[in-house]
Amino acid sequence: MRTLVVACHDWPVLAAGAPPDEPAAVIRANRVVATSPAARRDGVDAGQRRREAQGRCPGLVVLDADPARDARAFEAVAGALERFTPRIELSRPGLAAFPTRGPSRYFGGDEALAAKVAAAVEEVVAGLGWPGAAGVGVADGAFTARQAALSGEARVVVPGGSAAHLAPLPVAVLDRPELADVLVRLGLRSLGAFAALDPADVVARFGADGQLAHRLARGLDERPPATAPPPRHLEVAGELDPPAERVDVAAFMAKGLADELHARLDADGLACTRVCVLAETEHGERIERVWRHEGALSAGALADRVRWQLDGWLNGPAAVRPTSGVTRLVLTPDEVVAATGRQLGFWGGETAADERATRALARVQGLLGVDAVSVPEVRGGRGPGERVARVPAAAVDLGAERAPAPGAEAPWPGRVPVPTPALVPLDPPAVEVLAADGALLGVSGRGYLIGEPAKVSFGGGSPAEVVAWAGPWPVEERWWDPEGRRRRARMQLQLVDGRALLVHVEGGRWAVEGFYD
Amino acid sequence: MARGAPVASAVRLFDTGVVVVPAELRQVADRARPVTLARERTLPVVEPLRPLLPDGALARGSAVAVAGAGATTLALTLAAGPSLAGAWVVVVGLAELGLAAAAEAGVDLRRLALVDAPEPGRWATVVAALVGGVDVIVVDGRALLTPSEGRRLASRVRERGSVLVALSPGSLPAVRRPGAWPADVTLSVAAGRWEGLGAGHGHLRRRRVRVEAEGRGRASRPRRADLWLPAVPSPASPSTGSNVAALTTTFDPAQEEGSTVVPLRRAGRAAR
Repeated sequence: MRTLVVACHDWPVLAAGAPPDEPAAVIRANRVVATSPAARRDGVDAGQRRREAQGRCPGLVVLDADPARDARAFEAVAGALERFTPRIELSRPGLAAFPTRGPSRYFGGDEALAAKVAAAVEEVVAGLGWPGAAGVGVADGAFTARQAALSGEARVVVPGGSAAHLAPLPVAVLDRPELADVLVRLGLRSLGAFAALDPADVVARFGADGQLAHRLARGLDERPPATAPPPRHLEVAGELDPPAERVDVAAFMAKGLADELHARLDADGLACTRVCVLAETEHGERIERVWRHEGALSAGALADRVRWQLDGWLNGPAAVRPTSGVTRLVLTPDEVVAATGRQLGFWGGETAADERATRALARVQGLLGVDAVSVPEVRGGRGPGERVARVPAAAVDLGAERAPAPGAEAPWPGRVPVPTPALVPLDPPAVEVLAADGALLGVSGRGYLIGEPAKVSFGGGSPAEVVAWAGPWPVEERWWDPEGRRRRARMQLQLVDGRALLVHVEGGRWAVEGFYD
Repeated sequence: MARGAPVASAVRLFDTGVVVVPAELRQVADRARPVTLARERTLPVVEPLRPLLPDGALARGSAVAVAGAGATTLALTLAAGPSLAGAWVVVVGLAELGLAAAAEAGVDLRRLALVDAPEPGRWATVVAALVGGVDVIVVDGRALLTPSEGRRLASRVRERGSVLVALSPGSLPAVRRPGAWPADVTLSVAAGRWEGLGAGHGHLRRRRVRVEAEGRGRASRPRRADLWLPAVPSPASPSTGSNVAALTTTFDPAQEEGSTVVPLRRAGRAAR
């Protein structure tokens, strides 16, 4: 289907209010998700860790990710596009599309339409201080149009020319890092090379997702267009009485509606890839947006999109803001596909227990704030506190199989032997490890002990006798990094009262790294 | 027939068109009867801890207090059984908890979540929000909880079938006024003896501890067990990667399970 796409790669940074000539990055769960052009010039890229990004660009302004803010800001672009056609599809803030068949004919061809849309969008983004940030592309499918739009100007790919347009692009644009990695190792660096494979071979090797990627690379739509409209009974609607003036009140109802819609879709064995969200106010004002998702929209993701849409409308500029509260919400699935289901782990994945726990943790997040709940992530490392890190639960899919971080399986020579201390103080308390003569125990530069440990004194208290010990185990980490380098020697000490400690000495100071409790 | 006549007339008197068939009635009664006895609603624990608990399992709806030197490892081992059986474990507070140690004790990290310590007055609210949704809740036993909050929490736990574990780590400084966390069973660790560490050689391997259990109701008979902590040999973390093993000799705890002290060559000074 001939589609026009408006894409702004840096939208989260733009929406956060950072100017384009200042290095800035939006970070979610310690990973860069979007950068300003100035930051990209310094080597900051999506997917990097916060520390790494700050290392490459010391003056980097770090902004927190906030999809609601992005959506609110994008409402201005959506409003500009609405002047061309009433049927806009939003994939996410920063990416909008509409079919061009009608508008193209009305405005005098794809080129004329693209130029007009580009001018209208440019007016909005230039008003926000980011001239040239958004691109417009027209092509036979949404994927090709998006690639054309990301070049940053108005580009029209001739009908039937999608495959040729995509052929020189690298496979990384498929947004499937694992697949792209394999393809590059197989020597298939461009989409053209990937597209030249036999579809049957691609399915055999890469499965359904690979087949989808292959369709994209060949310039086809993700899936053949649905011919039959979805059954009407799937539509869900809710009345709000009294009218909701605040977004959270309406969003609460949206969550219930999204759950109901999902229950109905489940009953029919369907999944929804495109949904139309309609909100109506007391005074008859209405806002209608179509949201699209490459995968299937889950109930939570759907409720989020309703919230974004209402947030942009109810808290937007005075020109678009409705004059009264929202009284009616309607969710209509616009395009449904057979639910192929998610492949569950062999040992069971999502279970009722996972769902209950997720709900309970969401309640706690409501009580203490989103960041109060974290989950472990295996990272790998030498010290007891480094091997497993805490990551915010909001950043992961609870109950789903989480891939260990790269390096988790690495051997880590020199790591502290198993068992690992059960208590790892966040701020290692200082301790004095004394030799038999009462002097502070030293470790030489070559990693040899000067004396033998005899007593341990906590915070100047009465010393406890050491009955057994091992070490020192010297560790020098990140010696190439002037800021992150650490040179330590660790020892295990067993005290006369049965306690056992893991202590380390760094710069002549001893501290307790862990208690074997 | 003499008895049938009044019944028939009664049926006629209350005839509403629907006659309840005794078979269906029996089915309904079967469904409504509380067939699950309290002792059947349990969560499994790992083998070494069975002698400490009534029926050899954690009763759902019970509260356990764990204290003493080695309490943290014991509490993690206690949580490992339910975790391996698919239950969720949530730890509230206890920012010092070693997550690698939790994995080694057998807790499945995929079903472990950590909640930051709430402000002093909000512990009961936060824990109550988790009860019912999460099977095992481990809380910092040193956190302040008033007796009335403790009672309310205990009844909520009993009703919703979670297990509340109040952990007071022995190695962390004790507090003057510990919270009144409910406890149906109190496990106290005493007399630990480490093995594996010598004077300048080896490394800590495991310790022999004596755990005493006392409590209320079905747990009122005092129990006692000597066990090894860590109790489960960790499959996920081979010790061959450690520097000690690399420095001296390859050593696999799984192969040398029976031996007590493993003689290792002296590291450090003696290596010269």
